[in-house]
Amino acid sequence: MSWLLALPIAIPFVTAVIVYLLRNRALGRWISLAGSLASLAASAALMVAVLRDGVVAAQMGGWPAPFGISLVADYLSAVMVVITAITGLATAVYALGEIEERLERLGYHALFQVLIAGVTGAFLTGDLFNLYVWFEVMLIASFGLLVLGGSKEQLDAGIKYVALNLVSTLVFLSGIGLLYGVTGTLNLADLHGAVAAVEDQALITVIAMMFMVGFGVKAAVFPLFFWLPASYHTPSFAVSAVFAGLLTKVGVYALMRMFTLVFVGDVGFTHEILIWVSALTMLTGVLGAAAQTDFRKILSFHIISQIGYMTLGLALYTPLALMGGVFYLVHHIIVKANLFLVAGVAQKLAGGTDLERIGGLYKSSPLLAALFVVPAFSLAGFPPLSGFWAKFLIVKASIELGEWLIAFVALFVGLLTIFSMTKIWGMAFWKPHPEGIEPTPDRVPARIRVPMMLPIAGLAAMTVLIGFFPEPFVQFAETAAVQLLEPAAYVEAVLGLREARP
Amino acid sequence: MESLTALLVGLLVAASVYLMLARNFLRFLFGLILLSNAANLVIFAAGRMTAGAPALVPEGASVPDGVIGNALPQALVLTAIVIGFGLLAFTLALTFEAYRRLRTLDSDEMRHAEPDEGKTEAGR
Repeated sequence: MSWLLALPIAIPFVTAVIVYLLRNRALGRWISLAGSLASLAASAALMVAVLRDGVVAAQMGGWPAPFGISLVADYLSAVMVVITAITGLATAVYALGEIEERLERLGYHALFQVLIAGVTGAFLTGDLFNLYVWFEVMLIASFGLLVLGGSKEQLDAGIKYVALNLVSTLVFLSGIGLLYGVTGTLNLADLHGAVAAVEDQALITVIAMMFMVGFGVKAAVFPLFFWLPASYHTPSFAVSAVFAGLLTKVGVYALMRMFTLVFVGDVGFTHEILIWVSALTMLTGVLGAAAQTDFRKILSFHIISQIGYMTLGLALYTPLALMGGVFYLVHHIIVKANLFLVAGVAQKLAGGTDLERIGGLYKSSPLLAALFVVPAFSLAGFPPLSGFWAKFLIVKASIELGEWLIAFVALFVGLLTIFSMTKIWGMAFWKPHPEGIEPTPDRVPARIRVPMMLPIAGLAAMTVLIGFFPEPFVQFAETAAVQLLEPAAYVEAVLGLREARP
Repeated sequence: MESLTALLVGLLVAASVYLMLARNFLRFLFGLILLSNAANLVIFAAGRMTAGAPALVPEGASVPDGVIGNALPQALVLTAIVIGFGLLAFTLALTFEAYRRLRTLDSDEMRHAEPDEGKTEAGR
């Protein structure tokens, strides 16, 4: 069973080594693509096992838990791993068109694969310190990808991104140290019982806040999001798509894991904070987007506002809300990565991302316009696209709890999202190009255009599919939420049928 | 011993926050290094400090004899030091490159990614 859990992490690492050695040859990019395909197959195999057994766990190196490092996949982990592989494959195809040889020589594909390995590892690990290590793997690869190419904007953005992320990592690391000092264990399943057994629960709450700040920076929640809009619009589009899709979601995933499995002793305090943080995150993100006139900057601020919905699903802490949160997580990764990919094609065709200086895409490239509408309106929550169901679940959960203000904020933010999306639509697609250029698709050679359009069409098809047939996905999210709220199966899979701590 | 380490951690964090509040990015980086060391000390102290022998198993035995020091936090700290070293080396290289290209490390003047809308192009 252990190879099933190790493969989705090992494949990208092996691919990274090979493509680094082949970075000066054209073969490298095809091997990177093959590696992404193999990752998808491995994560699909893991998903099948999880669907069959519920929770799958393996002890690395044969050391029994809680002494060794455990890899665990429950429904949430498994779906995150699969969606990571899908995003990885989509951006690997996209990179065939977008990434120039200059960046490939600098090791683009190797860094990209290490990033995917880091993200996958963070989703699969069942050990707190190991989670820190995966965060660092992910972080160092993202540093490299962000500044690859070395333009002035990228260096400036890199400084801010690196600085704030390192501070958050150190807060997280100190939190790990203190939690180990109080409980004497680092295994997440073991911590579930050990934390509940600590006498001084106030101490645990203090440590919980350190984790909330550390993960909050990664997830870009209010008021810790400043690094995101400073940096996400500067690297190449394939990179910002994979950042936008995956990196902040690792922070959300970590929050969901820690605040359902470990820090549940004082839900009234910690989760109440999360509710207000989520509401403010939604509002500031969407208002920030309204003030921007750059394609990618608008999308960056929308990442922040959407993160609020996901953390809200965790904060409300009911089965329905968590189910909405999980569903939102999956829906958002597909949609947001796709929007950044569309922005890349728009830039290639119309010559920029500044909305004032581009236009005419609807008339000249109707296919791209149609493929933009799908994720854009899904993001805003239009039925019957995936975003509608995601928002519906979250809003319904907050109404059921009588949180009328929160429900209102969630709906209001959806309305403002439509405003931003119609702004992009009106300026980039509808109005004529200010310089009289006709941005027809044949302005870009087919060998670049086709690999860039393929993943956009694929991801848009997934959005429509989830929208029209939400039933299996909602049921999946429901089981994931139940597993999160009742972690007995998770604990048992990791620790075996040991006696629970008194 | 633990309380002395705790005081040292507090001192390091205070110094690092002071440095990180500076506008010069190099000072920020030095603050980050101090903070990184403070975090390592926290883990070390959290594992309890005892005057025990190293956790070595004598030949032929399956458990070490006598009082031994907790080996786990040492392994954790070692990992954290190595990772921290790599990250800080990268950050220093990034800082150098940024200074070479942007000709400044003053964070108020580093506005290339987010240009100040209020100022004119010539004013920057």
